[in-house]
Amino acid sequence: MTPVLNVKGMVKRFGGLLATDHVDITVNPGEIHALIGPNGAGKTTLISQLMGELRQNEGTIELDGVPITSLPTAKRVSMGLARTFQITCLLPDYTVLDNVAIAIQVRQGHSFRFWGNVRHAQELRQSARGFLDAVGLGDRAGELVANLSHGEQKQLELAVALATKPRLLLLDEPMAGLGHVESQQMIEMLRGLRNQVSMLLVEHDMEAVFALADRISVLVYGRIIATGTVDEIRDNPEVRTAYLGEGDELC
Amino acid sequence: MTLFLEQMLNGVQFGVMLFLLAAGLTLIFGIMGVINLAHGSIYMIGAYAGTWVAAETGSFWLGIPAALAAAAVTGAAIEFLVVRRLYGRDHLDQVLATFALILIFNQTITILFGRQPLFVSMPDVLGGSVELLPGLVYPVYRIAIIAVGLLVALGLYLLINKTRIGMLVRAGSTNREMVRALGVDIRLLYTLVFGLGALLAGLAGFMAGPILAVQVGMGEQILITTFVVVVIGGVGSIRGAFFASLILGVVDTGLRAYLPGLLRQVMVGPEADALGAGISSMGIYLLMAIVLLIRPKGLFIRNS
Amino acid sequence: MEKTLKRPVLLAGVLIALIALPTVADTTGYAALTSLATRVLIYGIAAASLNFVLGYGGMVSFGHAAFFGIGGYVVGILYQHYSLGEPLFGFIPGTNQLLITIPVALVVSGLMAALIGALSLRTGGVQFIMITLAFAQMLFFLFVSLKTYGGDDGLIIRRANELPGLNMRDKQTVYYVCLAITVAFFFILWRIVNSRFGNVIVGLRQSEKRMAAIGLPAYRYKLMAFVISGMGCGLAGALMANFLRYASPDMIHWTKSGELMVMVILGGVGTLFGPLLGAAVFIVLESILASWTENWQLGLGLILLFVVLYTQGGVQGLGSRLLGRRA
Repeated sequence: MTPVLNVKGMVKRFGGLLATDHVDITVNPGEIHALIGPNGAGKTTLISQLMGELRQNEGTIELDGVPITSLPTAKRVSMGLARTFQITCLLPDYTVLDNVAIAIQVRQGHSFRFWGNVRHAQELRQSARGFLDAVGLGDRAGELVANLSHGEQKQLELAVALATKPRLLLLDEPMAGLGHVESQQMIEMLRGLRNQVSMLLVEHDMEAVFALADRISVLVYGRIIATGTVDEIRDNPEVRTAYLGEGDELC
Repeated sequence: MTLFLEQMLNGVQFGVMLFLLAAGLTLIFGIMGVINLAHGSIYMIGAYAGTWVAAETGSFWLGIPAALAAAAVTGAAIEFLVVRRLYGRDHLDQVLATFALILIFNQTITILFGRQPLFVSMPDVLGGSVELLPGLVYPVYRIAIIAVGLLVALGLYLLINKTRIGMLVRAGSTNREMVRALGVDIRLLYTLVFGLGALLAGLAGFMAGPILAVQVGMGEQILITTFVVVVIGGVGSIRGAFFASLILGVVDTGLRAYLPGLLRQVMVGPEADALGAGISSMGIYLLMAIVLLIRPKGLFIRNS
Repeated sequence: MEKTLKRPVLLAGVLIALIALPTVADTTGYAALTSLATRVLIYGIAAASLNFVLGYGGMVSFGHAAFFGIGGYVVGILYQHYSLGEPLFGFIPGTNQLLITIPVALVVSGLMAALIGALSLRTGGVQFIMITLAFAQMLFFLFVSLKTYGGDDGLIIRRANELPGLNMRDKQTVYYVCLAITVAFFFILWRIVNSRFGNVIVGLRQSEKRMAAIGLPAYRYKLMAFVISGMGCGLAGALMANFLRYASPDMIHWTKSGELMVMVILGGVGTLFGPLLGAAVFIVLESILASWTENWQLGLGLILLFVVLYTQGGVQGLGSRLLGRRA
């Protein structure tokens, strides 16, 4: 079986600092692979490299067996890679619906179309509404993004990413800053999506990770120190000292 | 051969003048993220203040503190009254506010001094020429400019690399957030950097006085050339500004000196001169275009 | 709902006023008003073009006078070759026909914008500002050195370009031609701003990172926007050369780029008609200040500084805040 994502020997240096230290990681079709690790372990850096926003110093990336190592971000997205941002990154002057519709517009092909009014393009508006309904933002479609609550922005991040019809979704702390109820909703939503799209889930909320993940990898100082099922990771002594123990004390 | 060496020295002299302006500009861009078009106005004000005091008192040397003081006061006023309000704003606001400052300064100077250029005579010590090599006679004043420029470069090198302020400046030009996180009084650092830039610009303005005409508009002319220096050297890099200044100074001077002559061999005299002058004033911009093609972030910035 | 109804009414009102303007100017004895209005329309086109990259696209170009000047020089150079009867480069005949010079001005300024844009857009932020400024200055020096085309003094165009069936020596006719072109220009711009293309350009201004994450290759769209914008400025320059019957390096000087930016910010960045309003405010202000004092630039500088530091959204924003329509 070809993994959806296959990363080999990824290295990223910032000056003398090794931010990503020979990382190998795979995500299988239909799998939710969680990536956990303390702050500053290099999780977001890794996602940025997978998206091509940052260029790695060494290593290869394959999407569905096709090498994408040197492709620009836009190309990777068109091949089925999408991400959400930890600190939400949306178009603040646009409405909720516009944010999703523009993602569909870009997915449909080039935008060198200069004449028709894009806000009258019913097929864009219709399918954008579909994605909004799916994440529970249907009744907020006409609201400006700047007026959304933090939780709603997280939901919209997910809707925009889904609108690009990804094969693999890179989720950068989708629960961060959410209240308990909102977190539960997000977990349910992601669980509902697992048949459509594979996911690499970066998350601090261990409840969410244990509830969703098929496999877990632990990243510490840019290096993956363990990969395994939920139970294996829970019982791994190295992980407990490096990460979970520390986390327990903090909580 | 001696003529060639003389032109090279002229190029270096122009280069160090550019560096005095570019060093301040590139630091202000790099650390504060502010584009300050009025940097050229500070240069002009330094030139006017110094030249006027020198003419009134009859002492060239008294012009130097006058130029520096005027530039520092102007710089501080600009920073305190205008630029400070623009740190968080977008580049458009910065461009327009400092463009407004140019209009204000140029017009004020015109009201005070009129439209006639001012001239300053240099002191006797610097007035003559020396024979550097057999046959190569070069004006002392230009040698002095080169010496001052190189001294400033050395001083900046030591300041940036050997002092705590320099450490903060270096950190600030690569990562602004980090300096904030270090708990440094960023406002003070900004004011220091802006003041330093203003002093250097004022110094350059005064030194230009005896060579060029001191007139309204002198600031913008050199400012745009300085922009090219900063783009080629890389924003925020003093080292880049230094080398790019020298390269541009030499290239620009060399083209102006030799291109019309070369063209005259294939065209008629006056037309060749005009076209040669035109192309040589385009030379540095073409150089910038080439650098942009190869290294969009500048020659001395490592591409990440 | 109220807004959607108000706007067409307002636009129709302004259009009627503009059509009536020369007649009113003549009957009230302020014939100079027609010339003033022609300049406003032409600068309005230029400023709105700049606003397309600057306000909608977030690309702060400080070199748009380059395209304005190229438009002007296309008209001037073609006229010179027409009147001397010598083809340009030995094979391109000159012309004095507006229906030819305008398209040529559009093409040439578009090509130049493609060239300058392709280089400048390789970087962003502060560098972009400096690079666009520098390239415009380069063209300024080029035209200063072209003695064949007047060098420093510029190029005098004895007669405005001809348009079949119209008397282009009449100032009122020139005004109406400019008005018609302005209306067409703003209609096209309005369509582009609201199109799929405009949608991604406005998206890029808000967050380039987001647009990349949904799969947009930004560079080619920004470059296209830059070209469109350059063509708009070229059009304005061609009209200006016809109106003044003169093209000179002053059209390319960096202060002209600055003035275009001032018009944009006076009228309101990122609004369709803001730049036209800004051009009107700028030109009226300039005329009034200049009639008071020869040091009018001092007044302009102070006003500009005030607008930048203390108003958001230019005259439109200031007006609506004073009227209390927007808190």
